[in-house]
Amino acid sequence: MRPFTYERAASPADAARAASRQPGARFIAGGTNLLDLMKLQIETPAHLIDVNRLGLDRIEPTPEGGLRIGALVRNTDLAADARVRHDYGVLARALLAGASGQLRNKATTAGNLLQRTRCPYFYDTAQPCNKRQPGSGCAAIGGVTRQLAVIGASEACIATHPSDMAVAMRALDAVVETVRADGATRRIPIAEFHRLPGETPHVETALEAGELITAVTLPPPLGGHHAYRKVRDRASYAFALVSVAAVVQRDGSGRVALGGVAHRPWRVEAAEAELPRGAKRAMAAILDGARPTHENAFKLTLAERTLASVLAEARG
Amino acid sequence: MSRVTLRVNGEERSLELDPRTTLLDALREQLQLTGSKKGCDHGQCGACTVMVEGRRIYSCLTLAVMHDGEAVTTIEGLGRPDALHPMQAAFVKHDGYQCGYCTPGQICASVATLQEIEAGIPSHVTADLTAAPQLTAEEIRERMSGNICRCGAYSNIVEAITEVAGRPA
Repeated sequence: MRPFTYERAASPADAARAASRQPGARFIAGGTNLLDLMKLQIETPAHLIDVNRLGLDRIEPTPEGGLRIGALVRNTDLAADARVRHDYGVLARALLAGASGQLRNKATTAGNLLQRTRCPYFYDTAQPCNKRQPGSGCAAIGGVTRQLAVIGASEACIATHPSDMAVAMRALDAVVETVRADGATRRIPIAEFHRLPGETPHVETALEAGELITAVTLPPPLGGHHAYRKVRDRASYAFALVSVAAVVQRDGSGRVALGGVAHRPWRVEAAEAELPRGAKRAMAAILDGARPTHENAFKLTLAERTLASVLAEARG
Repeated sequence: MSRVTLRVNGEERSLELDPRTTLLDALREQLQLTGSKKGCDHGQCGACTVMVEGRRIYSCLTLAVMHDGEAVTTIEGLGRPDALHPMQAAFVKHDGYQCGYCTPGQICASVATLQEIEAGIPSHVTADLTAAPQLTAEEIRERMSGNICRCGAYSNIVEAITEVAGRPA
């Protein structure tokens, strides 16, 4: 690990100010992804701002009837919350499908959204990677692509976003709340939070330099049948090849977001009108424009079959 | 250098360390508590599992400075050779290991797993999210998936945990 200086922030605004003052500063919360990457010198922050004791660890009802989840709520606590289990089952299921018990005890709501890709070429510092070193090229294109994106990718990057939680939050239309160095707050819809790679795959979110996530809010409960189905190479503790987050109503209408297929949780609202006509029609619309490689074309079939399974379960 | 005080296995320990020091390295290299093992050092194997403020975490993926003032329990704090923790005794009885390298992490994770089920925390295999999780072999296997045993002692580990949980293996 490269040397860094360390401070513990006194308040969210104080943390954002400290981050904007210090070039190369990073916030650290759970640290399970950041420290892993720092050991590999993929992340090399000069300064760490510890945000763990800012009191952002509560889950509270909102006046609109939704939930406000503090940025520092641990994945275990969010999945175990009675309101989340009862009203936002898709989110509880997504959280429990991710990582291991030890990681969920540490990983935070905000940190989960900010996970870096698990593309093997991002991790291999001997290889070019536009995300790790902008302008160096993409070794994944033409390389081993089985795990990588099938849609929304670019000539610069074909990485996927690794989060399960974010896929459920995309289906639920969550909103990310932040504070900036000048103390100003803003609300970013999750649909606009994660970016597609385009020409700048190193810019992964809508956050500005030094901007700190303070909470994620969920709209009032949607009702319906909630499901998160994750398909992976082993039964537990592995990233998704494909995952489907779905909330399906009695009349067959609903919402679907996919994990494991793109640089961000993948949802196409316009395609959801096809849901009552079955998984084949719906998934064709959701993945319209997909450009898989010969190694990951299976994800298209897998996504369709996973959705078919979820819809069958929803019908009971 | 940073100054950190940890309550390790019930004892206050003050350390002066480079902020880069992981909790695992602080335990092993500075406090000579070498029960917690460094396997992968990247949060993939579980050999470094300890409990901080009563919750199991990977000590390799956290900095010691982040835990100033907090309570850490390692395998050395669970039991002693002459007074084994019930989970340690059950691992011995059921032969829940071969080489033993992953065992301290497995035992810390096992103790925490039973506490998590007791606390009603659901898992990926819990059928009904709104009901209390049941103590089944399937639940134990899922909850222990963050601890790898390359000798493959898994079935005996499940038997050891099941016995401690008060159910016949």
